[in-house]
Amino acid sequence: MIDRNSPITEDELHAYVDGELPPDRMNAVAAWLADHPEQAALVTSWRLQADSIRAHFGAAVDEPVPQRLKLDQMLNQDRAAGRSWAAMAAAAAIAAFVVGGAAGWMARGASAAAPSRSDVFASEALDAHKLYVVEVRHPVEVPGSERAHMTQWLSKRLGEDLRVPDLQSIGLKLVGGRLLPGPTGAAAFYMYESPSGERFTMYCARADMPETALRYTGGEKVAAFYWIDDKVAYVVSGPADRELLEKVTKAAYEQVDKTGAKKL
Amino acid sequence: MATFHQNVEATIPALRRYARALTRDTDIADDLVQDTLVRALRSEHLFHGGDVRSWLYTILTNLNRNRLRSLARRPTLSPIEDNDAPDLAGPEAGGRDIERALATLVDDQRNALLLVVLEGLSYREVAEVQGVPIGTVMSRLARARVQIKNYLDGARPALRRVK
Repeated sequence: MIDRNSPITEDELHAYVDGELPPDRMNAVAAWLADHPEQAALVTSWRLQADSIRAHFGAAVDEPVPQRLKLDQMLNQDRAAGRSWAAMAAAAAIAAFVVGGAAGWMARGASAAAPSRSDVFASEALDAHKLYVVEVRHPVEVPGSERAHMTQWLSKRLGEDLRVPDLQSIGLKLVGGRLLPGPTGAAAFYMYESPSGERFTMYCARADMPETALRYTGGEKVAAFYWIDDKVAYVVSGPADRELLEKVTKAAYEQVDKTGAKKL
Repeated sequence: MATFHQNVEATIPALRRYARALTRDTDIADDLVQDTLVRALRSEHLFHGGDVRSWLYTILTNLNRNRLRSLARRPTLSPIEDNDAPDLAGPEAGGRDIERALATLVDDQRNALLLVVLEGLSYREVAEVQGVPIGTVMSRLARARVQIKNYLDGARPALRRVK
C-alpha cells in the first residue's frame, strides 16, 4: 500500500491519525500526504471511522451515572457483603466458631437441611487431598517443573483460564498437579509441599453459581478453606492448623483473583 | 487512599462509554462496569501505584473477554443480526453501519481500536491493557481499520438481501 522507497511508513500514518508522532514528524507526514492523494484518502477514511465511532458512542460519557455505579454506594455494599479478604476471613472465623461451638450432630443436621452446593466441592477436594497427600511415588500426574504445560492442560480441560499459584514466598514448593473428576466435570488439583514435608492442595472446578464468601471446614487432621469466585470453586486443603492454612489460602486467593491480580 | 477512590470515581463515565461500545447494550455495559468496580475495590490492596485508569480498562477488558467466552459456550443465546431490517435514513444509519462494522472485528482488534479512538489511550497504555508489545497494538489497529473500511466500502451492500 505504501511505496517502498517512501520515507513514511504505514505505521507512521496510523500514529499520525492517532496523534502519536512527535511534532516534527507530524509536519513531515502532513507535507508528504499533500503529494500523495491515495494515502491522504486512506488517512481521511480512518479519521471518518474514528469520528463515527465517537459520534455513535461518545454521548454515554455525559449521561448521569446510575445509582448502582456510585462508588460510595458500592463501598458500603462491599463492606456489607464482605468481599474483602479481611471480611471474608472474618466470615470464615465466625463460621468456624459456629461449627466448632455447636455439637457435631447439630452442625451436620444443619448442613443436611440446607445443603449448600459449594460444600460439595469442599468434600470432594478433601477426599482427594486425603487420598493423594500420602502418596510418595505418584502424588501428581504432572510435576511442578512443568508448570506452564500443566496450567495450559488443566485450563483446557476445565474450560477456564486457571492460574497455578506460586507459593514460594511462603516457603511452599509446587509438587505438581493432576486432573480429577468433579461434580461439574473436570477438576484441577495442585499440590504444594513445605520444606518439612507438610502438604497443601488446591482444588479448582467450574461452578455456575454466585460468588461466596470464604468458608472454613475442619476435621481433626485436615481442614479446608473454600470459596467461589468468577464461576470457579476453589478449595485449599491442608493440615488442621487454622492459622497456617489461612496464610496459605490468603496467598493463593490473591493470585487466583484473576482480573484484579493482573497488575501485580 | 482517598485519591485512589477519587481516580476510580472520575473514570466511571469513560468506563461506561467503553463498555457500551463493547457490548452495544446499556444494561450489559453497566453490569460490566459494576463488576469492574467491584473487582477494583476488592483488589485495591494489589494496586501498587501506576495509572488507575489503565488498570480499570484492563479489568473491564478482561471481564468482557470472560463474558464473551461464556456466551460462546451457550450457542442458543447468540444474537441473530437483523440483516434484513431496512436501514434507517438520517444520522442513525451511519451509526448502525459503524456498529455492525465493529461487530465484525476480532475481539482484540476491536478493543485496541476503541481504546485508542474512543477512549484516547496512548499506544503505550493500550499495550499495557492488552499485555502485548506496542507493535502488536499497532498491527491490531491497522487490521481493524482495514476491516472496517472494507466493510463500509463494499461488504455491507453485498450482504443486503436481493429483493
